Amino acid sequence: MRRLLLAALLALAPVSAETIVIQNATIMTVSKGTIKNGSVVIRDGKIVEVGEKVMIPEGATKIDAQGQYVIPGIIDCHSHIAGDGGINEGSVSVSSMVNIKDIINPEDIAIYRALAGGVTTANILHGSANSIGGQTIVLKMRWGKDAQSMIFEGAKPGIKFALGENPKGAGNPQGRGANGQATYARYPATRMGVEDTIREAFNEAKIYKAEWDDYNAKVAHGDHPMPPRKDLKLEALKEVLEGNRYVHVHCYRADEILMMIRVADDMGFKVRTFQHVLEGYKVAKEIAAHGAGGSTFSDWWSYKVEAFDAIPYNAALMERAGVVVSLNSDDAELMRHLNSEAGKTMKYGGMTEDQALAMVTLNPAKQLGIDNRVGSIEVGKDADLVIYDKYPLSDYAKVQKVLIDGSVYFDRDKAVSAQAAKDAEKQKLLDQLKQQNQTQPAGGRRGGRGGE
Amino acid sequence: MARGRYIITELPMKILVTALLLIVASGFAAENSTVAIRNARIVTVSGPVIAKGTVVVRNGLIEAVGENVTVPADAFVVEGEGLTVYPGLIDSMSTLGFGGASSAAAATGGGGGRGGRGAQTAAVTAAPAAAPAVAATRSMGPEDRPQTTSWEMAADQISAADSRIPTVRGAGVTTAVSFPTRGIFGGQGAIIDLVTGEKAGEMIVSSAAGQYISIGRGGGFGGGGGGGGYPGSLMGYIAYVRQIYLDAEHYKMAKDAYDKDPHMERPAYDRALEGVLASKRILLPANREVEIDRVLRFAAELKQPTILYGGRETYRPEAVELLKKSGAPLLLSLRWPELPRGEIDPDNEPSMRSLEAIQKAPSAAAALKKAGVRFALYSDGLEQPRDLQRAVKKAIDAGLSREDAIRAMTLSPAEIYGVSDRLGSIEKGKIGNLVVTRGDLFDDRTQILWVIVDGRHFKPSDAGAAGGRGAATEEPGGNQPGGNQ
Repeated sequence: MRRLLLAALLALAPVSAETIVIQNATIMTVSKGTIKNGSVVIRDGKIVEVGEKVMIPEGATKIDAQGQYVIPGIIDCHSHIAGDGGINEGSVSVSSMVNIKDIINPEDIAIYRALAGGVTTANILHGSANSIGGQTIVLKMRWGKDAQSMIFEGAKPGIKFALGENPKGAGNPQGRGANGQATYARYPATRMGVEDTIREAFNEAKIYKAEWDDYNAKVAHGDHPMPPRKDLKLEALKEVLEGNRYVHVHCYRADEILMMIRVADDMGFKVRTFQHVLEGYKVAKEIAAHGAGGSTFSDWWSYKVEAFDAIPYNAALMERAGVVVSLNSDDAELMRHLNSEAGKTMKYGGMTEDQALAMVTLNPAKQLGIDNRVGSIEVGKDADLVIYDKYPLSDYAKVQKVLIDGSVYFDRDKAVSAQAAKDAEKQKLLDQLKQQNQTQPAGGRRGGRGGE
Repeated sequence: MARGRYIITELPMKILVTALLLIVASGFAAENSTVAIRNARIVTVSGPVIAKGTVVVRNGLIEAVGENVTVPADAFVVEGEGLTVYPGLIDSMSTLGFGGASSAAAATGGGGGRGGRGAQTAAVTAAPAAAPAVAATRSMGPEDRPQTTSWEMAADQISAADSRIPTVRGAGVTTAVSFPTRGIFGGQGAIIDLVTGEKAGEMIVSSAAGQYISIGRGGGFGGGGGGGGYPGSLMGYIAYVRQIYLDAEHYKMAKDAYDKDPHMERPAYDRALEGVLASKRILLPANREVEIDRVLRFAAELKQPTILYGGRETYRPEAVELLKKSGAPLLLSLRWPELPRGEIDPDNEPSMRSLEAIQKAPSAAAALKKAGVRFALYSDGLEQPRDLQRAVKKAIDAGLSREDAIRAMTLSPAEIYGVSDRLGSIEKGKIGNLVVTRGDLFDDRTQILWVIVDGRHFKPSDAGAAGGRGAATEEPGGNQPGGNQ
């Protein structure tokens, strides 16, 4: 039966990972320049050779990419796809007990669509409804695999914080909801309250950590004390204090960014990335000094008051100040063309091709601590690659193939040619069911009267 | 018509009292009576079918079954020539006994806290989809454990007056596993025999069927905001349940330590955790393959013996394989997915996946059987006998053998709940729950003639009658007590 399962999985899985050579392509490695008319050799899911002239192993599957471009798989540092049953636990100000890992939905069609847009890895975040949100997870877009197989092995988990309008919004009384029930105000209602909520939570977490440290010390000493109560909310914050969980902070305004840096310094943890960070250009030096990354939008602004001071030069200015900068989507649609988002930084701010491309590949990999595995085309890294038909930093480029771990997960030609048959199959089934519906007696249906 | 009502109210008190006495008397008579069905085909489920034999039920228990069984002189005799006897059907997840509204259906569909409680409420069958997704109590955080009433016992709350009971019994259902479905930890279910007109306590076969846990689906991007309280998202529900089990483990540790050494700090009594610790198994919802995967992993993490309920996508081999690997049993909902009636909005067409589910869902039972997964079928709120019969028939038409369909509503649920020593088959010593039919059970034209529960014989009422066409208005083979010719 196990074998049967394996067979079923294999049937689902894309072209199996063996030796593959992508030939005759322009290879934009990001970290080591661009190779015109080069090849990438992939074995067992890893990149084993990159260059103009490579050893082509016998029996290798060849992908001829004549006139096409190969880039590292795109990494989206801020996404909310692939979750079941809501991505905000907005009922409480601190929801660090909840975990995106528990609700991965590997069947979300947005995964496939992101894949078709060249995304191979995404940081799936909790929403921004509360000051301290839920735990986050990094996924590879292994479409067709189960939830556990989507998880980026070994990637450090994170947690979402949020500042400004979103977390304080729920604090403002809203009167009555659509169902006539009173909706309640939830603390905090101001930016001051947001700061206080985070400080309070970490004060609690420090006490909690001290209890556990004390307990562990006693155990190490050979005692048998009663262990403290395990608190899932504080456990996640304890991991932050211990450096075992990255903090990704949703923010907009310069003042709140500085506030967050002060709180982190006071409490003794690091902010891994500032997300959105539309006023990051105003405090880029401070962000760089803290060691945080900035994950921003290319040119989205004015969609709310705290986004009024955004400028399209933000990414470039932060980059020049020494911040590791990525461009994210925060959206299932934008996620499908992050390549052209990266291209915008060449126009606004004069980024080089490599710098621009790094903002959707190597830089987000660094921000997520997975740059040893992905983010550039280098020997030893995962064969997560995207093949475009045209120059990829452009709206005109179309994704042709996407490989993850050396397996083809998206093939445009195959997807397009299979569509008509799929549509026909669905129509046939729909017609058949409609037919049945008409012939079926009403009594057997939900709520129907039985027994006559 | 109004005149008619007057006449009734004007009836002399004396006649009313006499009538009442008669009803009570007949109730008692049934309790002590002996029922025998002779010369019938007997589907024992646990053993081979007896082509022509007799079953005797005395004092609520099966006294004898076989080809050569003597009919006692004091028995109420059913002439079984041309009839078939089955074990009473078990509805393995239900809210029977909790008054009117059907909430088990809503439970599977998910959607937070539900109503459906209170024996006082009229027997209005609310559409499951309309069940309000509003928590009973608003909470400011996980600490006050809203939506946990784990200590509640269905056995304490069951009402014999639930007007749905005679209807459901008309389908041949003699036993229901009934759960309090409010909140997240609803409380422990009870296995009840569907006898009416008796004290509720006499209905209880087992008062500890397991802890009913519902995991809501939460609402989209903004889930959990507003006035709903914690948890408001699926991940919140999961974290909530996880924390409760961590707390229960810690609580038990503290209590054990205190019992050994009462000179230490005394742990505070916590009824929510007491209720959790007292439950020997939990029931968790899972319909889609993704949910089955998620919930099985979660159950393993919680280290609790778990029964899954729902199972809509178990027509998929991958989902069946997950269950098989885990060893967990499944209660499969008989509420098969259906195409919405009327025109389909072209902008909101059902997905291929959901169309597939509509087409294939009833084949799940056969697939589970084939893979050797332990499963039972449950009504999921289908209360009308005709609906239940048709739903089971769909599973049979989709490949489940009739024998296996019967087993999935008799011995299999009894095994899953650990009560196969008393329920689920026609064997000497088991509880006298039987169904007598003309025709094969679950066929369109089959009539259910007698339903025997705890040795008491009921005739399916004309209103909600039988699985089959027309009600049993005639008196088939039934004689008055003592009519042993």
